[in-house]
Amino acid sequence: MNARAIDDIARAEQGTSLWKDAWLRLRKNHLAVFGLVILALFVIIALLTPWIAPYSYQAQDLELGASGPSAAHWLGTDIFGRDLMTQIMYGGRISLAVGFVATAVALLIGVTWGAIAGYVGGRTDAVMMRLVDILYALPFMIFIVLLTVVFGRNMLLLFLAIGAVEWLTMARIMRGQVQSLRQQEFVEAAISLGLSPATLIRRHLVPNALGPIIVYTTLTIPNVMLLEAFLSFLGLGIQPPQTSWGLLISYGAETMEEYPWLLIFPGVALTLTLFSLNFLGDGLRDALDVRGAKD
Amino acid sequence: MWRFIGVRLLQAIPVILVVITVTFFLVRIAPGGPFDSEKAVPREVKAALEAQYKLNLPLFQQYAAYLDDLAHGDLGPSFKYPGRSVNELIAAGFPVTAELGLYALLVALGIGGLAGVCASLKPNTAQDYIPMSLAMIGICMPSFLLGPLLVLLFGIYLDWLPVSGWGDIPGDKILPSITLGAGYAAYIARLGRAGMLEVLSQDYIRTARAKGLPRWQVVFKHSLRGGLIPVVAFLGPAFAGLLAGSFVVETIFQIPGLGRFYVQAAFNRDYTMILGTTVFLSVLIVLFNLLSDILAAWMNPRLRAQFGGH
Repeated sequence: MNARAIDDIARAEQGTSLWKDAWLRLRKNHLAVFGLVILALFVIIALLTPWIAPYSYQAQDLELGASGPSAAHWLGTDIFGRDLMTQIMYGGRISLAVGFVATAVALLIGVTWGAIAGYVGGRTDAVMMRLVDILYALPFMIFIVLLTVVFGRNMLLLFLAIGAVEWLTMARIMRGQVQSLRQQEFVEAAISLGLSPATLIRRHLVPNALGPIIVYTTLTIPNVMLLEAFLSFLGLGIQPPQTSWGLLISYGAETMEEYPWLLIFPGVALTLTLFSLNFLGDGLRDALDVRGAKD
Repeated sequence: MWRFIGVRLLQAIPVILVVITVTFFLVRIAPGGPFDSEKAVPREVKAALEAQYKLNLPLFQQYAAYLDDLAHGDLGPSFKYPGRSVNELIAAGFPVTAELGLYALLVALGIGGLAGVCASLKPNTAQDYIPMSLAMIGICMPSFLLGPLLVLLFGIYLDWLPVSGWGDIPGDKILPSITLGAGYAAYIARLGRAGMLEVLSQDYIRTARAKGLPRWQVVFKHSLRGGLIPVVAFLGPAFAGLLAGSFVVETIFQIPGLGRFYVQAAFNRDYTMILGTTVFLSVLIVLFNLLSDILAAWMNPRLRAQFGGH
């Protein structure tokens, strides 16, 4: 085999790297692409809300009161004459922020925990994973309600509380990955070259376990958003004057008989986002060929 | 099998202890005592109240006293409903919640199981895609949205069913049960489909078919038991979810169940009520998880063999 041929092979291999290959497969999955587009759109809208919202967040029109969709208010107004589209845009900022931040907390705890347990192994691993098993058996919805009582209704604590309960599956997945990676030769080589455990985990183990982490992260975000909406619906989550989709749905449900659009539009926004994330997560799982990240 | 049950029972004990301990101390570190909000309670009255509720003792003695009461099945008095004990409130609310949960579970198993099995029999056809798409909607549509939408459609526009209450008007149990059960029906449909597909591809199913057994017999006698193991294993977590889901459903439909009491207690900061209910529900959920694990293991011949037969 001459040098040129080797070069060609190298280039061909580079051409179908794991990530490119996954991207090609993801692109063929129409539902996942749909999810990605909707999600990107919602995130961009959320980021730009202060500049593109049709009305200011506090703007009221008490004379107008609740009105259905019209040219001036595309999605109608609530009983205070506030523009529903503006409310949904600002609510989406909070709902999405809770989703991303709490998932990031869960990611950080879960990946660290799982990586250490899988890397150290032995008795440490047994104790750490036994703890995860115990926490798994706890009724978390109930505990979150309890936590909102104990810590008051502080949004930062809400992030932390939700993140703190969603990390368990992540830890399990990460541990499994690290355990199988540890047996590989390049890890052995890195250890014998004297890499510190922390660097080894950061540089070699986490990047190689990225596929399952990405998939599971995508599937955790909708769970977290659902949890926030659940709490806000009960009045234990986001508090006025701030708003979120869960809170808007809760208000909408109170007056749905007279003003059904106040329930339906925030509901569509939340459901569409959850749909998109689930489709994208399923698509990514197939594209990256990750097994056992869900079900 | 008995060894398996024994091991699982032993594992459940530390979980329950952790739940009780964590809940107890979390509630105790919550800011503000339960009697702080009362308007200008004389100091002696407050002291008497605290003595009555043992709040004047050191924390660990309170904990020991609580464990002692708990061992006798006493969850203590309610702070906010004077003269009523947590036991009485649970006794009043839990039967309602249990009934709601049972109906929801029947909805979930009936609709979800049927949809999953149907989908698995003709994969990648309309018979598969339609129920599975509906299942995806069921998973993404939260109960607090589905409930009001069902009320709007069937209760108000069509005026077929009552919109609230529990056991007052005939038919008022239908909408809450469907609202609570729908999401789980969706999960069960997905689990059932995956489980059945795996079993249907096994050699022994092919053998059964090759022997010329009728199709229904292959499905019902040979496949269903193995195919539904994942569903049975899911029942434990589903039960926990149903209880938490009942918070929302009971609020929407104004049902006087335990879930509504719990949310109310969270609003009122009724600490003993929260503590008692959390402990009660947690123990129940741990036991239910245990039960569904045992049932799933019993249905799985491989696992049964591993633990030495019956």
